[in-house]
Amino acid sequence: MKTLSTLFKNNIREYGMLIALIAIMVFFQIRTEGILMKPVNITNLVLQNSYIIIMGLGMLLVIVAGWIDLSIGSIAAFVGAIAGILIVKNDVNYGLAIVICLGIGALIGAWQGYWVAYVKIPAFIVTLAGMLIFRGLTLVIVRGESIGPFPVGFQKLSSGFIPDFFQYQYQGKPFHTTTILIGLLVAVLLIFLDFRTRKNQQKYGFEVTPFYFFVIKNAAITAAVMGFCFLMARYKGIPNVLVILFPFVAIYAFITNQTVIGRRIYAMGGNEKAARLSGVNTPRLLFYTFVNMGALAALAGMIVAARLNSATPNAGEGFELDVIAACFIGGASASGGIGTIIGAVVGAFFIGVMNNGMSLLGVGIDWQQAIKGFVLLLAVFFDVYNKNKSG
Amino acid sequence: MPDVILEMRNITKTFPGVKALDNVSFSVSPGEIHALVGENGAGKSTLMKVLSGVYPYGSYDGEIYFQGKECRFQDINQSEEVGLVIIHQELALIPFLSITENLFLGNEQAKYGVIHWNESISKTKELLERVGLHESPNTLITNMGVGKQQLVEIAKALAKRVKLLILDEPTASLNETDSEKLLQLLLQFKAQGIASILISHKLSEVSKVADSITILRDGATIETLDCQKDTITEARIIRGMVGRDLTHRFPPRDSKISETIFEVRDWNAYHPLHADRKVSNNVNIHVRKGEVVGIAGLMGAGRTELAMSIFGRAYGTRISGTAYKNGQAVDISTIDKAIANGIAYATEDRKVYGLILIEEIKDNITLANLDAVSDVGIINEPKELTVTREYRDKLNIKCSSILQLAVNLSGGNQQKVVLSKWLFANPDILILDEPTRGIDVGAKYEIYSIINRLASEGKGIIMISSELPEILGVCDRIYVMREGKIVGEVPAKDASQEIIMKYIMTQQEVVEQ
Repeated sequence: MKTLSTLFKNNIREYGMLIALIAIMVFFQIRTEGILMKPVNITNLVLQNSYIIIMGLGMLLVIVAGWIDLSIGSIAAFVGAIAGILIVKNDVNYGLAIVICLGIGALIGAWQGYWVAYVKIPAFIVTLAGMLIFRGLTLVIVRGESIGPFPVGFQKLSSGFIPDFFQYQYQGKPFHTTTILIGLLVAVLLIFLDFRTRKNQQKYGFEVTPFYFFVIKNAAITAAVMGFCFLMARYKGIPNVLVILFPFVAIYAFITNQTVIGRRIYAMGGNEKAARLSGVNTPRLLFYTFVNMGALAALAGMIVAARLNSATPNAGEGFELDVIAACFIGGASASGGIGTIIGAVVGAFFIGVMNNGMSLLGVGIDWQQAIKGFVLLLAVFFDVYNKNKSG
Repeated sequence: MPDVILEMRNITKTFPGVKALDNVSFSVSPGEIHALVGENGAGKSTLMKVLSGVYPYGSYDGEIYFQGKECRFQDINQSEEVGLVIIHQELALIPFLSITENLFLGNEQAKYGVIHWNESISKTKELLERVGLHESPNTLITNMGVGKQQLVEIAKALAKRVKLLILDEPTASLNETDSEKLLQLLLQFKAQGIASILISHKLSEVSKVADSITILRDGATIETLDCQKDTITEARIIRGMVGRDLTHRFPPRDSKISETIFEVRDWNAYHPLHADRKVSNNVNIHVRKGEVVGIAGLMGAGRTELAMSIFGRAYGTRISGTAYKNGQAVDISTIDKAIANGIAYATEDRKVYGLILIEEIKDNITLANLDAVSDVGIINEPKELTVTREYRDKLNIKCSSILQLAVNLSGGNQQKVVLSKWLFANPDILILDEPTRGIDVGAKYEIYSIINRLASEGKGIIMISSELPEILGVCDRIYVMREGKIVGEVPAKDASQEIIMKYIMTQQEVVEQ
């Protein structure tokens, strides 16, 4: 039987980032004297990072395909501005406006995907151009001012919480019982899925981790999920954004792991020529990867607009850098073919906790940037170092 | 004056699993043109790489003496310093720099890092004069034809005060007049006392200019012919180049050939960059059920280009011609359509075009036919594992697990993964491009057995190979290609290496039934 330490060594790539995330959470929890893990702060952290994660899902696919997208911050601002024009200035029903905006995001993605996939202009250049184009167009349509406020229904996209069906008090304060129940449901689902995977692996004669490791792992995951829900419940419960986010993460994780499209994107990023000669229509696949990125950037743009309650010309500035950093910190390879959705999510939380923790400590924006830069380099170095050692 | 300028003694060079040079001795007299001939893979290039220090001292066994002194080159710079300059088949010029800049690249005429342009240009003029190239020193390489570029390479060698010039297939991409000019230049150098080693497949030019000819075969020196004493015919050279024992290298084959399963007619394709260069020229080929058809030819004869242009137009532009499967015209204009019509192409370069090296064996095997292991776009993992294991066992892929990354497999096993991928796509016609390149003898035998099995299942197989014994040992019928054309077609039972070599080498077309 394998010892825990060898298990750890073999899976360092998978668990390394998670451990680092926990480590900085503990660090900031101590340094901020417990503010980091306060229910209201945790809720804020989720709200602040939801759009990074949403764009991270699209970006991960773009990076796995072997490219990069620098324009997403500008696309988010542009789509937010359009939402403002439609909803605030023209009283378009916000449900309809959301659909239109997603469509516009997809169209922008198609525009960029066309240049990258069919005209073969490097994505770095196309999306650098897109970054300028859509930032400029945002300024044009909002004429340099902020558009707002949005109707309450649209605001709920980012500031609302799910309703509670119970009236329970905890330590004299209202306690969001529905949140706990949903947490339990999610925990049970995760354990079930992991158990099924393990069963399947055994059935096909693969070496599986020892049972006690399986138990420890699932206990840790359950504890994390329940702890998180408990904190949420003590504030206002699960935010609406999380209701959007969780299925999105699950669906994208499923697409990358279990579907033909996902497999083909990895193949394309791993070796475009070989994938093409195996019958993968690589230009079309790359095109749709960018369409997807555009639509997700649009969704993120609307969440940002809803959160700020206005469409501003400089919304989403610098988002692309946080999103790209999240993917690389989460173990994606800049040369394509490698990266996971869960890694990108962990990377996004890592960046989020750093932003939040340093702000709580009163670290200035100047030092925050410098520190984030070093951390990104360190994380990728750690990855490269491990790869060289094992290879 | 010593009677030899260069002497290589008992050179042995091994690569993992292959002995590329086995105790080769080779010497060149001062001021002679010494031709080095042999089949692809005979070891000519390896020998020259040992000589020029590409393979540093210590990575081979044996001794090299140049002008009576023992040489232990660590890299190319050291060999160039003593006057040994090699010009490779693929020219090493920088296209967007001028002739002058190229000539003195790495050897800039400079003082304190500042280039002395006047001196550089006047020296360039002098050198261009010596090679008979009338071009301005400021001309960019990209604006010159291949023939002139070749001359610039030679001028570059002269700039390094060359004493022994090594030319690897210098005329392979030149036309008649440029080739003739180049050969005259070599004769002129000879008069000036510069010796040359000429590696060439064009036996006509070898017999025209060479003073002596050394023949390599399977990494060993077969013989050195003295052209001054005897008259050497091309047939004599060919006999030396081929002619080895073929028994037991190929599994026995019992062909059951029936009707034509695939045919291309009037197939033309042009080079993707040089729009006026025809890479496939009016090609007509067919393959029958249960038949293994070989395509022989030299590297650069257009075999891979032909195969890839047929396989979903993966190569070339302005492709024209018709493909027929079972007598019906089929649309194979994209790779998906070609695969859907039962055509598979296993590439010659498995690392660049065949495999996703950073992915698992399993993912590589199912890539070309993912639909067969998935339901409505969702991969059925148990099914995928079962299928992949089946192929691992059937093709005897040696690996620790099917989850092992392709990059960690040996060449032979990588090739089996590529074959598995295409077998899983269940094609009726398989085009195998150099299926045994760079793999050891045992794995070769296994690949041949797989080919036999596929043929006996009624598939049509087209095999491109540069190894004549392999073509003769595996195929039922053999096409010979040269310069994008089919220049010969021979049933295997009537073929011999000499006959095929004659088609490959002979300049005029011979069509024999």
